[in-house]
Amino acid sequence: MSETATALLSVKGLEAWYGESHILHGVDFDVREGEVLTLLGRNGAGKTTTLKSIMGIVSRRRGSVRLEGNELIARSSDQIARAGIAFCPEERGIFASLNVEENLLLPPQVRPGGLSLDQIYDLFPNLKERLGSSQGTKLSGGEQQMLAIGRILRTGARLLLLDEPTEGLAPVIIKQIGQTIRTLKAQGFTILLVEQNFRFAATVADRYCVMEHGKIVERFANSELDANMGKLHEYLGV
Amino acid sequence: MFEIFGVPSQALFGQLLLGLINGSFYALLSLGLAVIFGMLNIINFAHGAQYMLGAFTAFFLLQYLGWNYWVSLLVVPIIVGIVGIIIERLFLQWLYKLDHLYGLLLTFGLALVIEGVFRNYFGSSGLPYRVPDQLAGGRNLGFMYLPNYRGWVIAFSLVVCLATWFLIERTKLGAYLRAATENPTLVRAFGINVPRMITLTYGFGVGLAGLAGVMAAPIYNVSPQMGSNLIIIVFAVVVIGGMGSIMGAIVTGFALGLIEGLTKVFFPEASNTAIFVIMAIVLIIRPAGLFGRTA
Ligand SMILES: Nc1ncnc2c1ncn2[C@@H]1O[C@H](COP(=O)(O)OP(=O)(O)O)[C@@H](O)[C@H]1O
Ligand SMILES: [Mg+2]
Repeated sequence: MSETATALLSVKGLEAWYGESHILHGVDFDVREGEVLTLLGRNGAGKTTTLKSIMGIVSRRRGSVRLEGNELIARSSDQIARAGIAFCPEERGIFASLNVEENLLLPPQVRPGGLSLDQIYDLFPNLKERLGSSQGTKLSGGEQQMLAIGRILRTGARLLLLDEPTEGLAPVIIKQIGQTIRTLKAQGFTILLVEQNFRFAATVADRYCVMEHGKIVERFANSELDANMGKLHEYLGV
Repeated sequence: MFEIFGVPSQALFGQLLLGLINGSFYALLSLGLAVIFGMLNIINFAHGAQYMLGAFTAFFLLQYLGWNYWVSLLVVPIIVGIVGIIIERLFLQWLYKLDHLYGLLLTFGLALVIEGVFRNYFGSSGLPYRVPDQLAGGRNLGFMYLPNYRGWVIAFSLVVCLATWFLIERTKLGAYLRAATENPTLVRAFGINVPRMITLTYGFGVGLAGLAGVMAAPIYNVSPQMGSNLIIIVFAVVVIGGMGSIMGAIVTGFALGLIEGLTKVFFPEASNTAIFVIMAIVLIIRPAGLFGRTA
């Protein structure tokens, strides 16, 4: 089976700059329909920049990003979102001037077929209880993360970019997020996940790409994880 | 007639009424400034000129097209708002990434240009604009005489202020605005055309100034410097209330109008400076303003 035939997202030769500093030096990978692909790599490797470049948030970028064959590299980030990609940022991006419900309902529907509010509450029962609570940012870290994931599930986007969703969270919450990702995958979502925690990633990922200095330096499937442990420790510096 | 603190009630309530009228304009204008600053990060120094533009547009519409006050109330904010949109597309959109100072200088320059052009054609004496027939006259409330038009201005500006507050704080569109004020990049990455929203927000804020101009025309004369006289006080109001709070702008606007009115009764010598004294005190105690969020 050729990779491109079933690739939902295809990234080729992606380069990106912040001002004058050249951060991504030709990133190549495909995300296949229905899989969870995990980007690993130590701090500063360029994982977040990769997601932001796909999303059109980094304005100076070059290369090719195709979703279902459509080139997105020259589009603005609102157009990219409307093409069907949803983004959950590393810092979660919960709005302080919006209450919990407004935060949840903020991202507009870009396609039919998103989850209903009830389905989202099924995934995150805590969210429903906290709807009345005033400010989105008054939630706990875990609840904020669930809100940040929950709100992009309504949009109808089938490709989710999740940037370190477990960062700084308690083990029990990490478990819950892992369960959520598996459920979403079972429901047909395709997920590009950025993680530093490969023990967590191992519970959800189908394949891995390892980044270093703005490039993909290693690719392997979940079944090959053990064989690659030595190298991984080196790359991640753990 | 009776007296309060040794002041005849007619005089006291007359000044309070004047204070409320002024407060209505302070509130409308500082509200527009707050909306614009929140979204564009620009201190719109052209706000006074745009208010003046509103009054002149109403004057022209009546003079040349025979469109009355009520039509102007609807049409002028749209016309002035479109002028704002053109200004944003032509000039302001290039300044968002720069320091506040650039937006301030640009809009200050625009204000000078707009006012200069009008002064050139219309001199500095005011042009009269008649109170609409339906609101001519007044009524005796017992403790004071209330001209109908002034009552209308207070009521209508209150309605406009509260409607704007509702739009921003309680609707979906307002949620987009508040979110984009906090984190425009992320809101855009959710699929919302934030640049267009910014343009329309500026148009809306400027349109509010135009609306205030129409409402002011029958009270103050229509004159080229009507905006620059008012805007200095409005900026003091904004400093006191704090940039970026909608309700803060409204409350501070009306309150300072009232305080100014009271000062005229009890300590007339200070009436022109009272607001600036309050501004100085607020700046010392709460530099971000009474309702301001510290950056
Ligand atoms: N806004 C920015 N401006 C300039 N440099 C940045 C910015 N964001 C990230 N960088 C730099 O880009 C590199 C990659 O960062 P990032 O993509 O956030 O890494 P990761 O997510 O893998 O930790 C780092 O060297 C970082 O310092
Ligand atoms: Mg990162």
